Amino acid sequence: MIWPFTRRVPRLIHASGKGEIRAQFKVEHAGFTLDVALDLPGRGVSALFGHSGSGKTSCLRCFAGLDQPREGFLQVNGELWQDSTQGIFVPAHQRAVGYVFQHANLFAHLSVRGNLLYGFKRIPAAQRRVALEQAVELLGIGHLLERMPGHLSGGEQQRVGIARALLTSPRLLLMDEPLASLDLKRKREVLPYLERLHAELEIPIIYVSHSPDEVARLADHLVVLDEGKVTASGPLKETLLRADLPFVFEDDAEAVVDGVVSGHDAAYGLLALHLPGSAITLQLPHAALPVGQAVRLKIKARDVSLSLQPAEQSSVLNLLPARVLECIRVAEQAHVLVRVQVGGEQLMARITRYSFDRLNIQPGLSVWAQVKSMSLLSSN
Amino acid sequence: MPLSKADFAAVWLTLELASLTTLLLLLIGTPIAWWLARTASRWKQPIGAIVALPLVLPPTVIGFYLLVSMGPQGFIGQLTERLGLGTLTFTFSGLVIGSVFYSLPFVVQPLQNAFEAIGRAPLEAAATLRAGPWDTFFSVVLPLAKPGFITAAILGFAHTVGEFGVVLMIGGNIPGKTQVASVQIYNHVETMQYAQAHWLAGGMVLFSFVVLLALYSRRSTLRVWQ
Repeated sequence: MIWPFTRRVPRLIHASGKGEIRAQFKVEHAGFTLDVALDLPGRGVSALFGHSGSGKTSCLRCFAGLDQPREGFLQVNGELWQDSTQGIFVPAHQRAVGYVFQHANLFAHLSVRGNLLYGFKRIPAAQRRVALEQAVELLGIGHLLERMPGHLSGGEQQRVGIARALLTSPRLLLMDEPLASLDLKRKREVLPYLERLHAELEIPIIYVSHSPDEVARLADHLVVLDEGKVTASGPLKETLLRADLPFVFEDDAEAVVDGVVSGHDAAYGLLALHLPGSAITLQLPHAALPVGQAVRLKIKARDVSLSLQPAEQSSVLNLLPARVLECIRVAEQAHVLVRVQVGGEQLMARITRYSFDRLNIQPGLSVWAQVKSMSLLSSN
Repeated sequence: MPLSKADFAAVWLTLELASLTTLLLLLIGTPIAWWLARTASRWKQPIGAIVALPLVLPPTVIGFYLLVSMGPQGFIGQLTERLGLGTLTFTFSGLVIGSVFYSLPFVVQPLQNAFEAIGRAPLEAAATLRAGPWDTFFSVVLPLAKPGFITAAILGFAHTVGEFGVVLMIGGNIPGKTQVASVQIYNHVETMQYAQAHWLAGGMVLFSFVVLLALYSRRSTLRVWQ
C-alpha cells in the first residue's frame, strides 16, 4: 500500500512555508522549570531525548496545547499556534495535531472503531486525508475493529492509539513514549509500524523517548533535554557524535549509519551492506534481506579500533578506510574517543590513550577503522 | 382492602415528588459536581461542605430554615410573591424545593466521584481529537460517568421517597397536596391504625431493599470497563 500522505497530497509542507517548526516554551512548575527554544525540521522524526524528569513530556504537552506555557511561541510549517507576546494561544482542540499517549488512552466506552472515528468525524470532510481503511491497514488493526479497548493487549491498544491520531489528518504528530509501557515483545510488535510511519508519512513527528535504541532507530533529528534545558539539538548522526557532550547515550558513544542491502552470503550467513555515496561495503552476520532495502546500523565506539596499516590477516571482517576528524579526551584517563570519516558517514572509535600516543593520531590522518561488531537497528 | 384512597394518593404523590426532584437534582447537581471534581479553587472545600450539610443536619433544621425563608417574610417568599407565585410553603412546589436541598449530597457526591474517577486523560485525548469542551462533556464524560449518574439518580430518588422531617416542616400534611407516604405512616400510627401503617411501612422496606439491591448488583456488573 502507498501511504496517502505521499500519494494524494504530494507535500503537506507548502511551497511558500519554510517547512519547519519553531518553538519556544517557558513553563514553571513547583521545583521545575522548562525553558526551551527549538528549531526542528518540518518533516521527519525529531526525537526529544532525556531522562525522566528532563521535561520531555512537558515540552510535548506545550506543542499540543494541553499545557499553556506562560511564555511561549509555536509555529508549525507556517501556522502560528502560540505567541504569548501577542496573546495568541490556539487551544488544543483547534490544533491539527495528532497525539499518541504513553498509555494509549483509548476511550473505554467506545469500540476500537468508535475510537478511530472519534477524531475523524470531527474534522471537516474536505480536510480528511486519511481514510479509515488506510489507517487500519497501516497499523494492522483490521481484526480488532469491533473489540472494546479493555480486551486489547498493550501493543494493540497503542497501535489503535496511533491510528486514531493519524485519522485526524494531523499536520504534526506528537508521540509521548509510545513504547515505554510495553514489554519487549510488544515493542517489537509496534516498532515496525513506527518505522513505516517514518518512511511513509510526510508530516513532522516529534517523538519523546528515553530509550537510546528507539531514538537511534527512528529519529532524523535529535534534541537532548536535561533538567528542562536543551543540551543539544541537531541532525541525529552529528548530534550523537558531538564532542562537547559527555556521551549522549551515557554508557557508550555510538554512531548511527544508514546502509542499503547489497547481497547475502548464504554459505557464511553474512549480510552485505553498501554505504550510499561511497564504495564501502560492510558485512555482518545476519539473515538475508531483500537487496536494495534500506537499513540502519548502530556501531559502538568500543567496537571500533584504528590502525595505520590495513591488517591483512585479521579476524575482523570490516576494515574501512577512514580519516581522523577529531580526538576527544574523555574524563576517564585511559581512553580517547576518535571521530573518523568513513565514506559519507562518521564513526566514533574508543582507543586507549597509550595507542593514541603510539600511533600519533591527529586530525587529518588517514587510518584504517576496524569494526568488530555492529547491530542492525531497523529493517524498514 | 388494606390501603385507603388517601394511602394511594400519598404513595402517588411521593413518586411524583421523588421523580421531579431527581430530575431537577441531576440538572443542578451535574454542574456542581463537575466543578467540585475539576476545580483547584480555594472555594472547593467550603462549597463541598455546604453541599454535604444535609447529610449531618437534622431534617427539621433544614425544614425550619426553608419554612422561614419561603414564608411571607422570607427572601424566597418575597421573591415568589413578587413573581405572582404566592408563597411556596404548604405547596407541592415547596416540597420539591425542600427535597432538592435535602437530597443534593446524595446526587452530587456520586457524580463528583464519577467525574474524579474519569481523570484528565480521556479529556485530553478528546481535546487532541478536536473535541471542544462541551463536545467532550457529552461524548466522553457523560458516557464514562453513566454508572455514577445511575447511582446518583437512584440515591436521590430513594432518599427523597424516605424524607419526613423536611416535608412535615414545610409541607404540612395536606392530603393529595403535600401528604407523602412517610407522613401518612405517621398519621396512621397517631390514629392507632397499625395495620395500614404496616402495609405502607412494609412497602417502603421492600422498595428500599429492591433499590439497594439494584444498586449493588449494578456496581458489580459495571466494574467490567473500569
